Amino acid sequence: MPKKTQTDPAPPLSPPPEFWKLRLYVAGMTPRAVAAFDNLTKLCEEHLAGCYEIEVVDLLVNPKLAAGDQILAVPTLVRRLPPPMKKIIGDLSNQERVLVGLDLRPR
Amino acid sequence: MTAKKKIAPLEKCPTGIRGLDDITQGGLPRGRPTLVCGGTGCGKTLLALEFIVRGILEFDEPGVFMSFEETSEELAKNVASLGFDLEGLIRDQKLAMDYVHIERSEIEVTGEYDLEGLFVRLNSMIVETGAKRVGIDSLEALFAGLPSESILRSELRRLFRWLKDKGVTTVITGEKGKNELTRHGLEEYVSDCVIFLDHRVVNKVGTRLLRIVKYRGSSHGTNEYPTMIDEHGLSVLPISSLGMDYAVTTERVSSGIERLDMMLGGKGYYKGSSVLVSGTAGTGKSSLGAAFVDATCRRGERSLYLAFEEAPAQITRNMASIGYDLEQWTKKGLLRFHAVRATLYGLEQHLGTIIQLVHEFKPATVVIDPITNLSAVGSIEEIKAMLTRVIDFFKNQGITTLFTSLTEGGGPSEQTDVGVSSLMDTWVLLRNVETLAGERNRLLFVLKSRGMAHSNQVREFTLTDRGIRLIDVYVGAGTVLTGSSRLIQEAQDKARTEALRQEAMRRQRELEQEKAQVQVQIEALQHKAAVLAENIDTLASSEKARLEAAVNCRAQLAGARQAD
Repeated sequence: MPKKTQTDPAPPLSPPPEFWKLRLYVAGMTPRAVAAFDNLTKLCEEHLAGCYEIEVVDLLVNPKLAAGDQILAVPTLVRRLPPPMKKIIGDLSNQERVLVGLDLRPR
Repeated sequence: MTAKKKIAPLEKCPTGIRGLDDITQGGLPRGRPTLVCGGTGCGKTLLALEFIVRGILEFDEPGVFMSFEETSEELAKNVASLGFDLEGLIRDQKLAMDYVHIERSEIEVTGEYDLEGLFVRLNSMIVETGAKRVGIDSLEALFAGLPSESILRSELRRLFRWLKDKGVTTVITGEKGKNELTRHGLEEYVSDCVIFLDHRVVNKVGTRLLRIVKYRGSSHGTNEYPTMIDEHGLSVLPISSLGMDYAVTTERVSSGIERLDMMLGGKGYYKGSSVLVSGTAGTGKSSLGAAFVDATCRRGERSLYLAFEEAPAQITRNMASIGYDLEQWTKKGLLRFHAVRATLYGLEQHLGTIIQLVHEFKPATVVIDPITNLSAVGSIEEIKAMLTRVIDFFKNQGITTLFTSLTEGGGPSEQTDVGVSSLMDTWVLLRNVETLAGERNRLLFVLKSRGMAHSNQVREFTLTDRGIRLIDVYVGAGTVLTGSSRLIQEAQDKARTEALRQEAMRRQRELEQEKAQVQVQIEALQHKAAVLAENIDTLASSEKARLEAAVNCRAQLAGARQAD
């Protein structure tokens, strides 16, 4: 893409075209898990369209995976790529905080 | 809920930690959580980990350990010195460990959440090992790592209920709080059993203590129990666990001094009894100890000498000077010295060390010289409590123990500084007496000796180069004399007797002389009588001759006159 003069801090700008690998840990498809997944996909479509991948890990199915990413709370969203690793706990209902947490928006 | 689980009497889960099972009367409540709280470095983590590891090793109950503070590698390293091979246990699928790390800075919270991840991790480990025991050290890290306390609290409540429903016995540790038992009030959730650990420093000496704050549905010891951590792990040293139901014997052991044995009903101390030797400085307490040790080794039995005051080399040298060659026993392995300054560590550690040494060395007799030095590390009550346990322990083992106790000058000597005389079976008192002759002499007497007809006599106690000798004191003319006064008095007595004897002899000689004189006189008179008799005879015969002559003469005259 050719360079664009940045006047408005519009949403899809800050992420460079790199690949985002996100993992959402849940424990069973609880309403909170579903809400978190919905909130996440919505956010990704708005800000990371085309360059993201969401992997949902159900700890009830794969309990062993919990220790690897040091998961205690569910739902937990882990940004595996790009580094550094980020963790966001909760149902991701507050989009602003999620954007800050994912470094998509400056603190 | 707990109510539906068990109505039968509370089942206990033994911890395998020395002493703890005694004061909890069998262990922790099985299938329920127990909270272990205390300040930094009080041994919470060790208690929790020992509970798990000993559960596997001693009771064949697999366990799970979840740590929020140290990694599995760090923990494995920490307990390797206790001989615990955590990695091996993990390989054998007896143990599962999980290190939970929460980095607050890399966590953002948005919206509602729960701690199902923690449950999942615990559950997977419990299922994997078939765990019966769970250790969690320490949950309070959650409060530092995650915001929204209300969620945490409700999740903790859920966690404890969940653990109970799983039927696992859990030990949870918590940091001591300012006004509460734990910083975040964990005791609110754990209502079954709470153990409090403390590490106090008094007079610059650290003392570890353990107390059962509560134990629902069970009686338990309520005291603060001294606790120690050594190369065998944590151990609690309860007084009550030792009890007083030891077997007693009528067997005797020699004190090492023949005449003292005579004073003690002719045979010496009872085997397994406790003997107190008290006296002021320099009365020969240690020497009495050495005599006892020497006698033990002479019988081919082992003796342990706990010296709080002198180095072994010094004791050996000094005792050699009074004829006790202790070195030979050390070389033969019959005598072991354990010399430490009393102030090196707290009372409970001393006690633990003593118990450990006794288990290792298995002595028949033990000398503790002197117990009074312990007062540097504890109050009289504490020392008395400790000695009670020491004595109970020795009695249980059938070990005869000799304690020396230094009495400060000035005070009454029938009062020991640590007030332990009531615990002792035999009390030998040594006393210095100053005589008019300008000497200090040692006196020994048996103040009490339970269960034997002991002598009520005072003996003079002398240290010779061939050992300790007891001498009768001079008793006469209303005084008790010792030392050179005794010698002088004895000499004076001897002189007086001699004078009387001489006087009698002189008198005898006089009489004999007189008798001889009389004899002589008798002889002289007899002689005189004989002479007189002779004279009388001579006179008589000459008279007769004269008469005859006269007759003859008249006849001749008549003839000459031609008379008719």
